[in-house]
Amino acid sequence: MNRHFLGDTAVLTGRSLRHISRSLDTIITTALMPVAFLLLFTYVFGGAIKAGTGSYVNYLLPGILLITVASGVSYTAYRLFLDLKGGIFERFQSLPIARSSPLWAHVLTSIVANLISLAVVALVAVAMGFRSGAGPLAWLAVLGVLVLFTLALTWLAVVAGLTAKTPDGVSAVSMPLIFLPFISSAFVPTATMPGPVRAFAENQPVTSIVNTIRDLFAQQPVGTGIWTALAWCLGILIAAYALAIAAYHRKVA
Amino acid sequence: MTATAPAIQVHGLEKSYRKLHVLRGVDFDVERGSIFALLGSNGAGKTTAVKILSTLLKADAGTATVNGFDVAAQPAKVRESISLTGQFAAVDEILTGRENIVLAARLRHLRNSGPVADELLERFGLADAAKRKVATYSGGMRRRLDIAMSLVGDPPVIFLDEPTTGLDPQARIEVWNSVTDLAGKGTTVLLTTQYLDEAEHLADRIAILHEGRIIVNGTLDELRRLLPPAKAEYVEKQPTLEEIFLAITGDRQ
Repeated sequence: MNRHFLGDTAVLTGRSLRHISRSLDTIITTALMPVAFLLLFTYVFGGAIKAGTGSYVNYLLPGILLITVASGVSYTAYRLFLDLKGGIFERFQSLPIARSSPLWAHVLTSIVANLISLAVVALVAVAMGFRSGAGPLAWLAVLGVLVLFTLALTWLAVVAGLTAKTPDGVSAVSMPLIFLPFISSAFVPTATMPGPVRAFAENQPVTSIVNTIRDLFAQQPVGTGIWTALAWCLGILIAAYALAIAAYHRKVA
Repeated sequence: MTATAPAIQVHGLEKSYRKLHVLRGVDFDVERGSIFALLGSNGAGKTTAVKILSTLLKADAGTATVNGFDVAAQPAKVRESISLTGQFAAVDEILTGRENIVLAARLRHLRNSGPVADELLERFGLADAAKRKVATYSGGMRRRLDIAMSLVGDPPVIFLDEPTTGLDPQARIEVWNSVTDLAGKGTTVLLTTQYLDEAEHLADRIAILHEGRIIVNGTLDELRRLLPPAKAEYVEKQPTLEEIFLAITGDRQ
């Protein structure tokens, strides 16, 4: 069975990548909200926000990139949900293919789609004046953190796609994920927040990930923050993966 | 396995969803190369039986073999021997008709997926629509594509779960012709239906599934003999509405 895993996953990933390339609007809508936040916070609120000495776009971009992924994975959940509802998932399960290939195909497609959306948002930021002197290694590290973060949120989205009863329930997965950066260091430094809010903001996953990416872009030492960020990403990834596989086994006997 | 052993053997099959006993001990055999109809009203357990036989569900009790392989112990072997056409056309709306069949062929690990697809499109009268997205297909075309996808790789046993539900009369006749054609080529067909005339028209043997048990199983003639012998009566033969519909809409075949 498993000797077909790579081939079957490749065929099924090719299928869902075709879905993406034929409905580019999903990439656009994914990028639309983060770009709107980027514009709003830079040109409307930005003037009133004191976030250090550098340009506010530079400060803002890391958090906006996380919001991009958070909104992007709702399409992953939605595509999976449609496959399950439409009956094509049952067709796949009745074919002599590796059992987990249909799931992995959605996960790989999610990575590709989110990377494209991230590139679109980053390009808009550059047009708005974002600059970084980061070297190739730092850029690679940023990419690595973003891919790991996307992978973690994608598996959460898989849980939502497998267990939701309605399309509305599917897209609900993104809401708290998009909201989380607002109570973090993504838009303003946490030092300005009142005690309990600050305590939450400083100890939730988004802050450590945002700070790590920000430091990498600004060529600052990342310190131990990067380990906290990676630990959060890996922890969410492992927990979500376990939940997803359990939900999958309940579904496909 | 001898060549004359039944293609499908089902003994004492039971399945419950929580407190609902859907199957309460189902027994039947299906001869190789025959069309077997599982007849029953909505909720009688037809789909559950088909899902167990196509390895999508596990039975609570009883045994079932398909093409000589036990569905619980050798599910991978069963999947190589069967194809499932579910109640709702399991086709990919965003891909073209041809891409759908090529997808099925690749997932069956065939080397010549292109020629296989072209041959099936031709056979099911979809050659002209091969390069169109399935989203533009009519209900009948979708169903034909669905069945064509099931025939990729010539599986010896085919499950058709309510293949004509929701189709217009012309599309229904098209599907019937494909099914008769298949059985003529030696494929074993198990179909479920709630339409009495469909079972009467297509099946070599008919089993009636009622409240989780097979209450009658036999050829049409055998079933007829269960009733008192026919007596001659004068009845004015009126055309049925279906005959009128087909006559005036010009079924030119």
